[in-house]
Amino acid sequence: MGPPVSDRLVSRRVDLLSVAREIAGAARPGEQIEAYALRSRETEVKVYAGVVESLSVAEIGGVGVRVVVENRTGYAWAGSLAPEVVADTLAEARDNAIFGAPDEHAGLAAPTDFAGIEAPAVDLWRDELLSVPVADKVALALEVERLTLAADRRVRGVESADYGDAAIEAAVSNSLGVEATSRRCVASVSASAMAGERDDTQTGAGFSVARTPDDLDVEGAARDAALRSTRLLGAKQPSSRRLCVILDPLVSRSILGLIGSALNGEAIAKGRSMFLGREGEQVGSPMVNLIDDPTNPIAFGAATHDAEGVPVRRNALIVDGVLQGFLQNVYSGRRSGVTTTGSAVRGGFKSAPGVGARALHLAPGRRTLDEIVASTPDALFVQSVSGLHSGTNPVSGDFSVGAEGLMVRDGAFAEPVREITIASTLPRILLTIAEIGGDLTWLPGAAAGITLVIGEMQMSGN
Amino acid sequence: MTQLVDETVLDRTLRAALRNGGDFAEVFVEDRRTTAARLDDRRVEEMVSGRERGAGIRVVRGGTTGFAHTADLSEDGLRDAAEAAAAAARGEAGKTNIVALTRRNAPRPHDVEVLPESVEKSAKADLLARADDAARTESETIRQVSASYADARRRILVANSDGLLADDDQVRTRFLVNCVADSDTGLQTGTEAPGRSVGFELFDEIAPEAVARIAARRALTAARARPAPSGKLAVVLKRGAGGVLFHEACGHGLEADLVGRDASVFGGRVGEMVASPLVTVVDDGTYAREWGTYAIDDEGTPAQRNVLIENGVLTDYMWDLTRAAKEGRGSSGNGRRETYQHLPMVRMTNTYLLAGEEDPDDIISQTPYGLYCVALGGGQVNTATGDFVFGITEAYMIENGEITEPVRAAQLIGNGPEALRSVDAVGSDFDTWAGTCGKDGQGVPVSAGQPTLRVAELTVGGTAGV
Repeated sequence: MGPPVSDRLVSRRVDLLSVAREIAGAARPGEQIEAYALRSRETEVKVYAGVVESLSVAEIGGVGVRVVVENRTGYAWAGSLAPEVVADTLAEARDNAIFGAPDEHAGLAAPTDFAGIEAPAVDLWRDELLSVPVADKVALALEVERLTLAADRRVRGVESADYGDAAIEAAVSNSLGVEATSRRCVASVSASAMAGERDDTQTGAGFSVARTPDDLDVEGAARDAALRSTRLLGAKQPSSRRLCVILDPLVSRSILGLIGSALNGEAIAKGRSMFLGREGEQVGSPMVNLIDDPTNPIAFGAATHDAEGVPVRRNALIVDGVLQGFLQNVYSGRRSGVTTTGSAVRGGFKSAPGVGARALHLAPGRRTLDEIVASTPDALFVQSVSGLHSGTNPVSGDFSVGAEGLMVRDGAFAEPVREITIASTLPRILLTIAEIGGDLTWLPGAAAGITLVIGEMQMSGN
Repeated sequence: MTQLVDETVLDRTLRAALRNGGDFAEVFVEDRRTTAARLDDRRVEEMVSGRERGAGIRVVRGGTTGFAHTADLSEDGLRDAAEAAAAAARGEAGKTNIVALTRRNAPRPHDVEVLPESVEKSAKADLLARADDAARTESETIRQVSASYADARRRILVANSDGLLADDDQVRTRFLVNCVADSDTGLQTGTEAPGRSVGFELFDEIAPEAVARIAARRALTAARARPAPSGKLAVVLKRGAGGVLFHEACGHGLEADLVGRDASVFGGRVGEMVASPLVTVVDDGTYAREWGTYAIDDEGTPAQRNVLIENGVLTDYMWDLTRAAKEGRGSSGNGRRETYQHLPMVRMTNTYLLAGEEDPDDIISQTPYGLYCVALGGGQVNTATGDFVFGITEAYMIENGEITEPVRAAQLIGNGPEALRSVDAVGSDFDTWAGTCGKDGQGVPVSAGQPTLRVAELTVGGTAGV
């Protein structure tokens, strides 16, 4: 089976930087224009019970245009790279700028915003992804399903087994002479196992992410899915109490992501963060060193430039528990009287750049999860959480989420538990970190996972 | 209005899709235009326009669906996508049978009075300033206000090899206000975000000032709230927001694709008593003006009112074409997709619990001790185990049958079948709540609704003792 998407598709022939330059080049006197053009080639395979349920092949292209005139900003986007659509989009963005309120800090990135800062050399593109036959991708999805079922006799079904990949290219260009291109590849397999014993059903997911299909750990993904579902069999709801909590890397990365969103300089400038006015203060336990480092090529969020075309850099946000500063894009930096930290991010072409982390992580400690458990007399090990979007708030710091996992007693994993919540506040979680594991785990998303021991949280159950 | 793609082109595209065999082919065409305006920190920061237009083509051959999409709606572009979808669907060769296209439009649940594109952008931006003023007037401790206006017009056209040809013109408008209040315990937030499947007439019904006041008061209430309790207690859900409970506790578990994968605790239980006799749950895509309403779903099937649980007895699941075909029955009009770039799957529309007979005030006064939930922030469910959560964003303690102090945000956790069985009081009032439901990476607009009701026991995930 060859690559099924035809070469006749218009966007395939388009040079993204030329598209962006042409739009930015249309700036009139007194007007600033930034154009962002993106193209993504994607494959998605879903299998169920040994049959390919669906196979999607897609190419997505689009453009986002930001216009600043008389300190007013307007934005427009379109899911197409066709020349007439691109021209309409620029006209729409210009029209929208009329309705924005003047803001003295509005404006695009200028070369002076990052004088002397070199972009890191990270190469996230793999030509070989584009030459992998679709049949091989289908085989990976079938393989992860087969291995998950075979991993443990108690796995009675696989709810979903998927393969996905994307080759994403983007270009940004603005009328002040800033431009950058980026391209990256990513491939993944995942499986969600359902384990059963008598009337009991428990689920667990496993996945592997890499830049090419060859680097995927399909066996590891299947093993994780089976382990995570079977070890919850027989889980019961325990009684409510306060106790030490050990967070799996998959859980800690979500919490770090929330903390990262409160370290956003724009949120600080607008008074919408739990870290407001805390700069220079002890906000974490002394072992906490929190860094956003998109220059590290191992990070899935690694990049050479940010979403405004500014070179990225390593930003140490919390050092020995003391808050050092915040992530900034050009706008939030100007507003706060500092410079951009190269932290502009955007969710594709449909929105203007915001501020965010790309590769947030805690400096690792020394011990493995097993070593930590072996010296723990009484704790809750949390394997997964639910309701992160509904039970947490990076402005107030409220934190209350559904959880499932295993009790830890006398240095060993004990009975599984479910239908519980764990609660604290985000500031308190940072201050009560009792140990950071040595197992820094790079995962897709803005933050890396790591085993994290929180001295005390409230567990709600019976 | 002109059709998005000509009928003869659709016919030829379907033929190209099935040229090498296949059981079913479908062309889904979408043209979506959106406007959004956002005010933050006393300024209209940005007006944003978006435009998306394209077609998704699927070819089903044996058990395999091949899917491709294109932003190019020319006949060449559609043929390329059709061939790509056909190449991807490499199951066993099936029979090829294309029925001539016949238009089968469904009645529109309601008329849209004021199309968003007919309204000046300045009028949309003006709403934001009104909300900002109203929120800041509530209290000096309101430190920050953000307000958003968003509209979308989505025209869709579906044609398939069974001869179906149908279209729909879907308009949605939403308004959101978020306030930050200062207090001794730090910053607190409050949000209110009503939305309906209507145009600018939304603001004849809902004033921006009223939305702002609700959001501001919610933030001010949180600012004087004490920590929420930890442990099991009776939970009274005020009309409207608590519909999320049914969306999570049973809605997802009644989606036929999850049932078909043996990934639902409600699988194989049609005809059984799965809830308290007070519980009748309906999913109704025809509910006029509601956020999850449409004339046809994204497979061309007319929206329906489907009774899922009647007086506690499970009556039916929700279906899309693929799942219905496997069971030899019809779709229930629940096949939805986020955009033309996605495959459809079984989704909810407007899911609600029918009103009962009790006076809502009596439900509170007959609760010696519990939690009264006024606003919720969404939820999540594991359909295979039935365990679900939902977040409370405005809640109060009930002590001796009286509403007393407000409590901070917290998560509630329960198990779907257990929670449905422990509904022990259902009020005579009713309201709905608009949200975005996420499933398998696709977000679609849905609403949830219910009368004031009580669940005898749920686990509340606060930090204080009960």
